[in-house]
Amino acid sequence: MSETRTGAQIMCEALIRENVEVMFGIPGGAIMPFYHAMWEYREKLRHVLCRHEQGAGHAAEGYARSTGRIGVCIGTSGPGVTNLVTPIADAMMDSTPLLAICGQVGSLVLGKDAFQETDITGITMPITKHNYLVKRAEELPYVFKEAIHIATTGRPGPVLIDITKDAMQKSIVPNWDVKLNLPGYKPNYHGNRKQIREALRMLAHAKKPLIIVGNGIIQAGASDELRAFAERLGIPVLTTLHGIGALPESHPLNIGMPGMHGWVHANRAIQDCDVLFNIGARFDDRVTGKASTFAPNAKVIHVDIDPSEIGKNVKVAVPIVGDARNVLKALLEDMPAQEELAALHSNASDWMEHIRDMQDQHQGKQQYVNRAKTENMALPPHDVYAGISEMLNLHGNYHVVTDVGQHQMWAAQLLDYNHGPRTLITSGGAATMGFAVPAALGVAVANPDSIIWAICGDGGFQMTNQEMATIMQEGITNIKVAVINNGYLGMVRQWQELFENKRYSGTPLSGPDFVKLAEAYGWKGIRVERSEDVRAAIEEANNTNGPVLIDFRVEREVNVFPMVPQNKSIGEMLTTEADM
Amino acid sequence: MQKHTIVALVQDRPGVLSRVVGLVRRRGYNIESLAVGHSEQPSVSRLTIVVESEDVEQVTKQLYRLIEVIKVSDVTFDPTVEREMAVVKLHAPASVRHEIISMCGVFEAKVVDVGTTTLIIEMTGTPSKVENFLEVVRPYGIKEMMRTGRIAMVRGSRGHNAGEYIESAA
Repeated sequence: MSETRTGAQIMCEALIRENVEVMFGIPGGAIMPFYHAMWEYREKLRHVLCRHEQGAGHAAEGYARSTGRIGVCIGTSGPGVTNLVTPIADAMMDSTPLLAICGQVGSLVLGKDAFQETDITGITMPITKHNYLVKRAEELPYVFKEAIHIATTGRPGPVLIDITKDAMQKSIVPNWDVKLNLPGYKPNYHGNRKQIREALRMLAHAKKPLIIVGNGIIQAGASDELRAFAERLGIPVLTTLHGIGALPESHPLNIGMPGMHGWVHANRAIQDCDVLFNIGARFDDRVTGKASTFAPNAKVIHVDIDPSEIGKNVKVAVPIVGDARNVLKALLEDMPAQEELAALHSNASDWMEHIRDMQDQHQGKQQYVNRAKTENMALPPHDVYAGISEMLNLHGNYHVVTDVGQHQMWAAQLLDYNHGPRTLITSGGAATMGFAVPAALGVAVANPDSIIWAICGDGGFQMTNQEMATIMQEGITNIKVAVINNGYLGMVRQWQELFENKRYSGTPLSGPDFVKLAEAYGWKGIRVERSEDVRAAIEEANNTNGPVLIDFRVEREVNVFPMVPQNKSIGEMLTTEADM
Repeated sequence: MQKHTIVALVQDRPGVLSRVVGLVRRRGYNIESLAVGHSEQPSVSRLTIVVESEDVEQVTKQLYRLIEVIKVSDVTFDPTVEREMAVVKLHAPASVRHEIISMCGVFEAKVVDVGTTTLIIEMTGTPSKVENFLEVVRPYGIKEMMRTGRIAMVRGSRGHNAGEYIESAA
């Protein structure tokens, strides 16, 4: 292997060595040498040409989030890479392993405001886990190895490599015999055993214990261990937006989603519990509400692979830095004998009963769906979700990808996720509108046998729907887009209705005829305006061997409830407009 | 707000200082001083940061998120040797020159340049001693001043030997 390679060829071979199979991107001047080289490697390295770099970035995120593998996106210097900034920030907030490969102007003109020059390493410093500017071809084997290692280990995240055009063009004999030199980067995967035993002791002695799980469970692949642990101690489990799928929603211990649009009984359980065991959730403000009033009676145990998350927002009694799966395994190993547990845990069923009572009192899923306000509507959005949920659970092999807003919260609340982790792909931390359609593209590329439902609002859909062309060009048939079309930027409108005296400033929204738009892209388009047509449309979409868009013309001013107003305690939820 | 003295060992790579400063800024902490230079290992730089923060543990945890940060410690309450240097150009006409020079003797400060109406004085010592000295000479008229910021080292055998954290000085 002592043959000469160009820098660009080295980049391709480095990616192949790290088992990368797909990249999403758009070429341009500075990145051209890489595109020139990738043609030779096209059998092993598939390139998906997107219509906008933001689409490429979100597609790579969808690929990564649905598989756990690294997602790769490409942009050229200047506007190409600045268009990648949003997906990179999104990946940072949601801990998504992402590699952004950027072309940079030649090293001789670097720093001289050359054509399409942008300081992308400077721009992305705060929104990447790490980034690199490579000016010499010799550095490429090491940098690619280190970059992918950093992106995929510990708490995953986005890494950007900016490569000057001359580094890609230069021919050298690459040295692949490189050893990582990262003295400051040693993620701790195994939690401290003493702390783990202390956590177990607290949980076993608790009267009202509660588990809350987030993305960390999904990323660690710890669903089985979570289930075993919760079952052994009979502890109810809350799944945050990114924890959905960690435990099937049909499981008797799953009490649903907490937080701003979580269930009343879920939030009340947090306020009532005496030990709160957080595994891989970061106590985001959308979960805690006003943090000083969060879980006032609870001692908190927090497991996270990232030490900086522990104690950041909520005071923690027992910190455990480690991988969720390893920590849960250790907890299971140290579990006391069943008889001993039974003695300690005689009141576990009272606690669960109390939570279910609260659930009955404060209405469960179905009551929200069928509540009086929606009765006279031609198409309440809830009916769309009932149809989708029914179909998903019949089909089994599915992914739901959402955009951001009201439709996203309904997708979290109203669909029943019973088919494993990584089945809901959504933009949580950054809440990036425009995420769904391109992310669905990435999910579809990674999961050709799954059926992918991209649920969007009409606002977010219009931000990135150009990727419908990419989906068509790639011959992808398993994407179905459901536009929950209410002619508003709905979540903002909801806040305006509830908190700003119905001043609908900047929220009414028009769009093109989405059915015709779908048809123009070569998709099938279906319009649904009445509840009774929902199921037939979904079935038709499912049975169509090709991408389909359904324009659900839902009732315009329906709100997402329950809701915790911003900066209020999660104990103070609104369940209808009448609670205002 | 409490001032904390933080010592950090970082890999000597391009942009590392920018990462540290950017992180401290965006997390909302105020840097009072920052001194950076080589450590005893060629591949490792050493920083002393004086930062104002209610929650210094978060500062150190956030710094650890940077890939190139090898070791971070808050040494505020540790026994340390702390030093700072100030170079001051004083207004010093002949009438007060002798007075200033004798003052320098008391503080063990050095006169490093003599002009017709100015003196440049180099003052090295603990941050409080430097502060004292500046108070005393301020009435003469400080024309220019440059301070290096604090550097700190833990006393005794405990400390921050860079060699302990890296396998080879690559």
